[in-house]
Amino acid sequence: MYEGVVQDLIDELGRLPGVGPKSAQRIAFHLLAADPADVRRLVHALVEVKDKVRFCATCGNVAESEQCRICLDPRRDVAVICVVEESKDVVAIEKTREFRGRYHVLGGAISPIEGVGPDDLRIRELMTRLADGVVTELILATDPNLEGEATATYLARLCKPMGLRVTRLASGLPVGGDLEYADEVTLGRAFEGRRLLDV
Amino acid sequence: MSLLRDEGVVLRAQKLGEADRIITLLTRDHGIVRAVARGVRKTKSKFGARVEPFAHVDVQFFTRGSEFPGRGLPIITQAETLGAYGGRLALDYAAYTSGTAILETAERLTDHERGQPALQQYLLLIGALRTLAMGAHEPGLVLDAFLLRSLAVAGYAPSFVDCARCGLDGPNRFFSVQGGGTVCGDCRPAGSVVPSPETLSLLGALLTGDWGRADASEPRHRREGSGLVAAYLQWHLERGIRSLRLVERS
Ligand SMILES: [Zn+2]
Ligand SMILES: [Zn+2]
Repeated sequence: MYEGVVQDLIDELGRLPGVGPKSAQRIAFHLLAADPADVRRLVHALVEVKDKVRFCATCGNVAESEQCRICLDPRRDVAVICVVEESKDVVAIEKTREFRGRYHVLGGAISPIEGVGPDDLRIRELMTRLADGVVTELILATDPNLEGEATATYLARLCKPMGLRVTRLASGLPVGGDLEYADEVTLGRAFEGRRLLDV
Repeated sequence: MSLLRDEGVVLRAQKLGEADRIITLLTRDHGIVRAVARGVRKTKSKFGARVEPFAHVDVQFFTRGSEFPGRGLPIITQAETLGAYGGRLALDYAAYTSGTAILETAERLTDHERGQPALQQYLLLIGALRTLAMGAHEPGLVLDAFLLRSLAVAGYAPSFVDCARCGLDGPNRFFSVQGGGTVCGDCRPAGSVVPSPETLSLLGALLTGDWGRADASEPRHRREGSGLVAAYLQWHLERGIRSLRLVERS
């Protein structure tokens, strides 16, 4: 244990995802030794992101205004929605340049063991978006792992009766991983080879 | 440092750092084991779905320091599939949610003796997942049968016929979670309920594996039965089973 403020910093850093006690300590001492201007820039970036970045009222993606850049773009196809777990998946898919529709960010996947059920995700918001009949196709791009698959199954069953074409990213993605780690080629191919879900 | 080999079922896979996961397995010979699977979240990982929940695997660990977890968790060096139930279950939401509750309960009922084998619980788990993946019975029934039997293995077998207190021959009308199941009129504690006789018969069938009788049961008796099983389970565990609330019942 260190004294007062140093330990406070280590504790705060240790609460970040993927940062264990050892890493927290390393980062804290790096910051202690760093140039004050660098630290001030980091602090500024942290404050700015909390002040300026919000979540899109339509799709749940990170946004700098009421709606995100993609939802505001009139060139994007309003008839197709691609459902993803997190905003970082939007970034990954955008890099492929395969997709010209819009997104819906769920905020995670159904994970009963973590206590996360359908009501804890932005599924009700998705249903609202589908209600007016403008959307004709739903692409389910949840992570290609167990929870992502189960979430896709749940959504497909929910949306099929609405007369939508429901597809799921498929070929090219090995199961068990996170979508964000797929390289552009793999992810691009998965888009081409998306399949119809028969639930 | 040593290499250990065992077979096990993956109960849980939690994110660790950038691309790793901590895998919790119920193994055949070493009971609950927590180990690190490195790089599994990368889509090019050699492990892929083999260390996802529901996977039945032949697994090799590289242990650091003392036998099982302490400071450094063992590292999974190899995993070969013996039974892949996850893929099938993920395509059936009711089966998936029932399966998750099975995994969570299996962990809870075996976790107190880390490193000790829990062979009966292990075999029960494999059997339940196999049955669930085959889709031969309603998922909720498979779940309730597993819960009752794993409670029985843990030493909490409920009674569904004779009085759990004095042994009076059944059928007995009253049911008490604290009393250990069905109880007679003289023994019944305050708060005992009177379930329908068909529900008690269903629960008895699930405990003994009489699937003919269980499959023929009516939805309302299944509903009442699962409520009693859940209450009985909660009573015997310190904390509730989180995923039970999210099980989709037909
Ligand atoms: Zn948006
Ligand atoms: Zn009695």
